[in-house]
Amino acid sequence: MTVYLDHAATTPVLPAAAEALAEALAHAGNPSSLHASGRAARRTVEESRERLAAALGARPSEVVLTSGGTEADNLALQGLLRARRADDPRRRRLLVSAVEHHAVLDPAAWLAQHEGAEAVLLPVDRDGVLDLDALHDELAAHGDEVALVSVMWANNEVGAVQPLAEVVAAAHARGIPVHADAVQAVGQVPVDFAASGLDAMTVTAHKVGGPVGIGALLARRGLALEPVLHGGGQERGVRSGTLAAPLAAAFAVAVEAAVGGRAAFAARTGALRDRLVAGVLASVPGATPRGPEPARRLPANAHVTFAGCEGDSLLYLLDAAGVEVSTGSACQAGVPQPSHVLLAMGLAGDDARGALRFSFGHTSTDEDVDRVLEVLPGVVERARAAGLVAVHA
Amino acid sequence: MRVLAALSGGVDSAVAAARALDAGHDVVGVHMALSRSRAQFRTGSRGCCSIEDAGDARRAADRLGIPFYVWDLSERFEDTVVADFLAEYAAGRTPNPCVRCNEHIKFATLLDKALALGFDAVCTGHYARIVGRDDGTRELHRAADPAKDQSYVLAVMGTDRLARALFPLGDVPSKAATRAEAVARGLSIAAKPDSYDICFVADGDTRGFLRERLGSRPGEIVDSSGAVVGHHDGAYAYTVGQRRGLALGRPAADGRPRYVLAIEPVANRVVVGPADELAVDTLVGEAPVWFGAPPAAGTRCDAQVRAHGAAVPVVVEHADDERLVVALDEGAGLRGVAAGQSVVLYAGTRVLGQATVRATTVRATTVPADAVAGVAAMDARPTVRA
Repeated sequence: MTVYLDHAATTPVLPAAAEALAEALAHAGNPSSLHASGRAARRTVEESRERLAAALGARPSEVVLTSGGTEADNLALQGLLRARRADDPRRRRLLVSAVEHHAVLDPAAWLAQHEGAEAVLLPVDRDGVLDLDALHDELAAHGDEVALVSVMWANNEVGAVQPLAEVVAAAHARGIPVHADAVQAVGQVPVDFAASGLDAMTVTAHKVGGPVGIGALLARRGLALEPVLHGGGQERGVRSGTLAAPLAAAFAVAVEAAVGGRAAFAARTGALRDRLVAGVLASVPGATPRGPEPARRLPANAHVTFAGCEGDSLLYLLDAAGVEVSTGSACQAGVPQPSHVLLAMGLAGDDARGALRFSFGHTSTDEDVDRVLEVLPGVVERARAAGLVAVHA
Repeated sequence: MRVLAALSGGVDSAVAAARALDAGHDVVGVHMALSRSRAQFRTGSRGCCSIEDAGDARRAADRLGIPFYVWDLSERFEDTVVADFLAEYAAGRTPNPCVRCNEHIKFATLLDKALALGFDAVCTGHYARIVGRDDGTRELHRAADPAKDQSYVLAVMGTDRLARALFPLGDVPSKAATRAEAVARGLSIAAKPDSYDICFVADGDTRGFLRERLGSRPGEIVDSSGAVVGHHDGAYAYTVGQRRGLALGRPAADGRPRYVLAIEPVANRVVVGPADELAVDTLVGEAPVWFGAPPAAGTRCDAQVRAHGAAVPVVVEHADDERLVVALDEGAGLRGVAAGQSVVLYAGTRVLGQATVRATTVRATTVPADAVAGVAAMDARPTVRA
């Protein structure tokens, strides 16, 4: 039996979402067509949009459907920067936290390289939580030059929930818009777009039991946003491309389920997580939990480093034992790269090499935790014997 | 056995892994990422370091139905193989990086890690045969196909590591047969070109790579009398026995082609002269590795000093764990042996051991002028095969 504890990478599609997808796929019709089939498809899209908006505390007109989280993040950074600079050429600074997903970090770096922007990485503390003083200092020193602030709602590797209310207050005091990547937060912590005060927010379907291939940028009404994809003018001209009615339908079902079941999900996965972490600390020497205390992190996330081990050894041995987890960091062609999140948290060299992220989801059970606790001590012992052989002589 | 199959993304390692599976082993595929900055696509005949090669390895594993991982050994590779490559050239020697990779990476780092993780052996697509003896020890032999034989670059692994190695391609009659087997097995990389060049040298431009990493160090090219006959950008870029690329302004007085006779790293000089001054009479090797006991003085065997050179008859003058001295037979015709290369001793097809050439003594006799053409075709630069 396979134990799947990598739900933060992607989580199984909910049966209700799969059903909605299959049901909508059975009907032809381009939502932009004017005939009956087109109107039916459009109705599917707009009903989905309304349900998404209602579940996330937004207005339907604020939901810009995209191909997923990466596209929504790119639209937020590129679209906001270009619109802001068109309005005021001085506003070329992008303030992003150092622990953002690459879907935020890389567009920021690209804009710095190709469009004369300046990407400013805001530091985090040892738990991966944004250093608000650094944000305040940056705003005080260069407030007139800031195009936008982008800080994720919760970190995908170590689960740190970021102090968004303070970020929004500080940025808005200077008239600066704030974007948050909330891909990992939806369904785990309360996410209400209007209440958050955010100007833009990224969500995606496949992290909450919907299909891969659809997400959205929630963009406040009146927020100036230059399009990245030009074409047929769908999504109020901000995001062209034929609207994916079946994906939207499944997306809405999944988000509704995730938001509606959030409290129960958080309680259940939080308990599994706590039992896993306590069990690991009790049975595995040299294990160190990373990220904030439970109250300030995602309930379904656990992150542990194992001294003297390499992530790829741990991953291989667990995989061979039927336990699927992640090192948490990004891969390039299968090679885990050193985690920029752990490095930003001040972990150096070998400390950052033996990292594992366990992420729970709607299919996780007590037996999953039992199985991990059964195999992990032996796995770590063996990985430690293999040591950092690839690194040191 | 639990077998870790090293998958380069090429046809040989994929067929080797398939054969290990057929033999009933429990096989897991691993692609080693050896370059720090990997190119997206493979270019020319270079190695296995691109992301495309990793993708090819993954697809081979998919086809074989085995688990697949990429292990990042780039730091270790840089610290051992590349560092040794640079240090050896800087010292006026000519290293063979494939030998060092087998010594430090494939049958050291990779093997040690595999064993620690519970594997029993590492399987590669090398062409060489392992023959078990009645007493339980194992011998390394040349491959069935002499044209593909890679025992030369494997001789550095020694007895203990050989016991943990699988070379399923050792008895394949030819590379064409390997390709045909890959086709029959539905492996999409069956027609992928062979790799020849040094995998970490971009564009195959070794001299450019050395200049970039070691810096430009201009100096003189002199003849045996000390007369300056040309200039160079860095003595490290030359190899004993090299004829091409010397860019000497004037021809030699006697009109005969000139070859690199010696590199003098301290003086930063390259010494050139006629082919007959390259004829070697004795080889002195250091850091020997033996399969079994070192051969006794007086043992007649064959010595090979290049990956694809012919073996020549020699007599062992001295062999222990520190040093190897062999005398070449009269007329053995070995010329231009560069320090830093491996000398591998064979008894028939069996590898006795190997050492790294530290010095050579030059035969006093004169080589007939008509032998020169043969030397010209013999480029002393190592021909390298992963």
